[in-house]
Amino acid sequence: MDNRQKEIDNLKDYKYGFTTDIENTRAPKGLNEDIIRFISNIKKEPQWMLDFRLKAFERFKQLKEPDWQKPKYPKIDYQDLYYYSAPKSMKDKPKNLDDLDPKLLETYKKLGIPLQEQKRLNGIAVDAVFDSVSVATTFREELTKQGIIFCPISEAIQNHPELVKKYLGSVIPLTDHFFATLNSAVFTDGSFAYIPEGVRCPMELSTYFRINASNTGQFERTLIVADKGSYVSYLEGCTAPMRDENQLHAANVELVALDDAEIKYSTVQNWYPGDKDGKGGIYNFVTKRGLCKGKNSKISWTQVETGSAITWKYPSCILKGDNSVGEFYSIAITNNHQKADTGTKMIHLGKNTKSKIISKGISAGRSDMTYRGLVDISSKATNSNNYTQCDSLLMGNKCGAHTVPYIKNKNSESNIAHEATTSKISEEQLHYCQQRGLSAEEAVGLIVNGFCKEVLQQLPMEFAVEAQKLVGISLEGSVG
Amino acid sequence: MKEQLQKDFDNTIRNLTLSQKDIEIKKFYLDNFINKGFPNRREEDWKFSDLNQIIKKNIGELSFYSDYTSTNKVDTSAFVDGLEHNKIVFINGRIEKIDFDYEKKDQIEIIDQSETINKFNNNSSLSDLNSAFTNKSFKIVVKEGYQLTKPLIIYHTTNSKIWSKNINLRLNFELYKNSSLRLIDLFRDTSEKNFLNIFYNFDLKENSILKNYKVDKFENKNIKYSFNNIEQDKNSISETFILSSGSNFCKNEINCNLNGEYSSAFVNGIFSINNNKHHEIRTIINHLTENTKSYQLIKSVLEDSSRAVYQGKIFVNSKAQKTDGYQLSKAILLNKESEFNAKPELEIYADDVKCSHGSASGSLNEDSIFYLMSRGLNYQQARELLINGFLLDVVEKITDPEVKNLIKNMIGIKE
Repeated sequence: MDNRQKEIDNLKDYKYGFTTDIENTRAPKGLNEDIIRFISNIKKEPQWMLDFRLKAFERFKQLKEPDWQKPKYPKIDYQDLYYYSAPKSMKDKPKNLDDLDPKLLETYKKLGIPLQEQKRLNGIAVDAVFDSVSVATTFREELTKQGIIFCPISEAIQNHPELVKKYLGSVIPLTDHFFATLNSAVFTDGSFAYIPEGVRCPMELSTYFRINASNTGQFERTLIVADKGSYVSYLEGCTAPMRDENQLHAANVELVALDDAEIKYSTVQNWYPGDKDGKGGIYNFVTKRGLCKGKNSKISWTQVETGSAITWKYPSCILKGDNSVGEFYSIAITNNHQKADTGTKMIHLGKNTKSKIISKGISAGRSDMTYRGLVDISSKATNSNNYTQCDSLLMGNKCGAHTVPYIKNKNSESNIAHEATTSKISEEQLHYCQQRGLSAEEAVGLIVNGFCKEVLQQLPMEFAVEAQKLVGISLEGSVG
Repeated sequence: MKEQLQKDFDNTIRNLTLSQKDIEIKKFYLDNFINKGFPNRREEDWKFSDLNQIIKKNIGELSFYSDYTSTNKVDTSAFVDGLEHNKIVFINGRIEKIDFDYEKKDQIEIIDQSETINKFNNNSSLSDLNSAFTNKSFKIVVKEGYQLTKPLIIYHTTNSKIWSKNINLRLNFELYKNSSLRLIDLFRDTSEKNFLNIFYNFDLKENSILKNYKVDKFENKNIKYSFNNIEQDKNSISETFILSSGSNFCKNEINCNLNGEYSSAFVNGIFSINNNKHHEIRTIINHLTENTKSYQLIKSVLEDSSRAVYQGKIFVNSKAQKTDGYQLSKAILLNKESEFNAKPELEIYADDVKCSHGSASGSLNEDSIFYLMSRGLNYQQARELLINGFLLDVVEKITDPEVKNLIKNMIGIKE
């Protein structure tokens, strides 16, 4: 009984700190060719997919783990990780939601996504990922009517090989950096979306990620292709149960926008950040990259990063098509011992391309936050424009806020403007709010929300509410 | 290169009277350099300017030994007219003249440090190279309360006698309490394809003022690297102005440590380059205690296929509350081939600070040109007017009127 009480106490701090007890099917620990064959086999993958993985693994063996980033972490033993785990009861896919393991459903309830209800009430299709195997995909029928393909990537490999073959690895090549290549070799599942020509996706596509089994690095792979003249808005939201050991998450997200297409990708990331002393927490090393392949295409990234012990990611846009547009809106909040090194890359290749970067960083406690970004206007990108604004807010003198922008302009007819400021919440503002009856904590929440407003506005309704709350919750205990 | 280095090093040592221990120390630096080699793009600080490649491409094999036994004739006609000044003259790296005629002799002390090895606050490979090969180094001390009546001009002259040489220079300055010094570094080269590696160290005591002007205006085909370390005590002020224009490659590095309260540092610079030139300014301002201030303004005008790089960093440690840091870089690209790279960086660990930076690059504003042309100027005149106005902004930041005029005349800006 005592133990149980202790456990509950431990979990109290973190709203989503719980694990579901489901037996896992696991591949043995370690990383080698056999494991990759095992993953490929269990997923019943065709030969070309296995070749893709093996090629990536060959390359991976030659790569060195990067060490230029600001947040340092203890060395990861890649042979000591499980690369595949699936809930056992998933072996035979359920025909409908009622067939699901009741424990699974309970987990989703705690997360706030009751599937049955959602299917009826909400206009959101949910492709929920529980560890590595997709559990259920709803609303598929309605999407199918429009010709939209939205399914787990493992299914896409089976049913739409021509699309996957064409676009997988076209934005993040096999030979990319260490973590991206690792993902290419061992990715287990993720989402695939294809929006056909001229279709405006009628609902927001959404995935909830869950990391469950301890010691399982989760290697997600997401591929979204927007064909000519189409539009899609994709939501990604993350919560993870509480774990003591650090968990690695190295996902790859690839976006491809063809002529006149638009992709809007929004993320709220609230994974377990570790406890107050910096013990535990998720390593979030994600590669996200969008390619504006066609003319007049647009890719827009919006992210709210409040969780993870270490966040290390740079959602990027390659503006290849003429007149294409890239946008990046980010809020990153670090508290306690969290560390974040995040930003974006805007690579201008086509003529008349435009990009906009708005980044808001807030650090409190003993945390450390870095904005790192690249704006590169190549000599062919005539008449291109970039505007960058990075603001940092510091709370206390034990945290750090850093800005490291790289700005390269090789075209005399293009303009780049960059601004950055660092400040703290002024006493006057606090005083003003408190005078009107707000507590110190509420006042800070209000001011910070105002500071982030520009980015919060970019989020779809469903996320904006959650994100606003998150901003307040993340900074709890940082005042006074 | 290794054998060349060893041989040149032995020759250099032979001409110096060093104790066995000092030779050991110099050897240590030489080995360090041999290990590291010239910096290349894999090093973050040299990401935009691969010195190893630049030397290979422009010079090829370097030789590191210079014969300093014979004197060079000082050409007085090269001296700056119309401005009375003290002089230090370097010809081909050899110090030919030190002249403080305008100052009280007992207020300035010149110490020959050639035979003592002093540590430098830098562990880059170029610092190692400099430590291994400098053969004359002086320390100039300005005594307490003394303010030099005239500026000091350091002439860095090279002539066609040298070719493919590496020249290493080192000077130390110490400004005592309440003293002040105006310093102009003036480069005049008729030589080609040499690599100058210059290290300055400034020690600013309480209330002292340093005005540090670096003028590289005259066309030449040399490669230059200059490192300035400035240590600042309470209430001291340092002002640095860089005109980066003449050399084929030039990198100025300013490292400023604001150690005392109420100290302030100003760094302003102009890139005005053409052809294939590649210039860089890198600044690091370390705010290490409360109530310090820094201000930086860098403007570039880039013609032909020239390339300018600005890497500026403001560091604020957790003790340095009430820091005020500002940094702005602007560039005009006049040609399709020209390129501007910037990395303005903030690293901040204190919350009660005001730090900001801005960076902008682009073409000349066509609307402004149209405005001027509609008032009767031709295209060329309008363009020149705009560029001059753009650069004048930086020149106006120079606080010393005499030097300001000198530099205005030099770059041909009229008000």
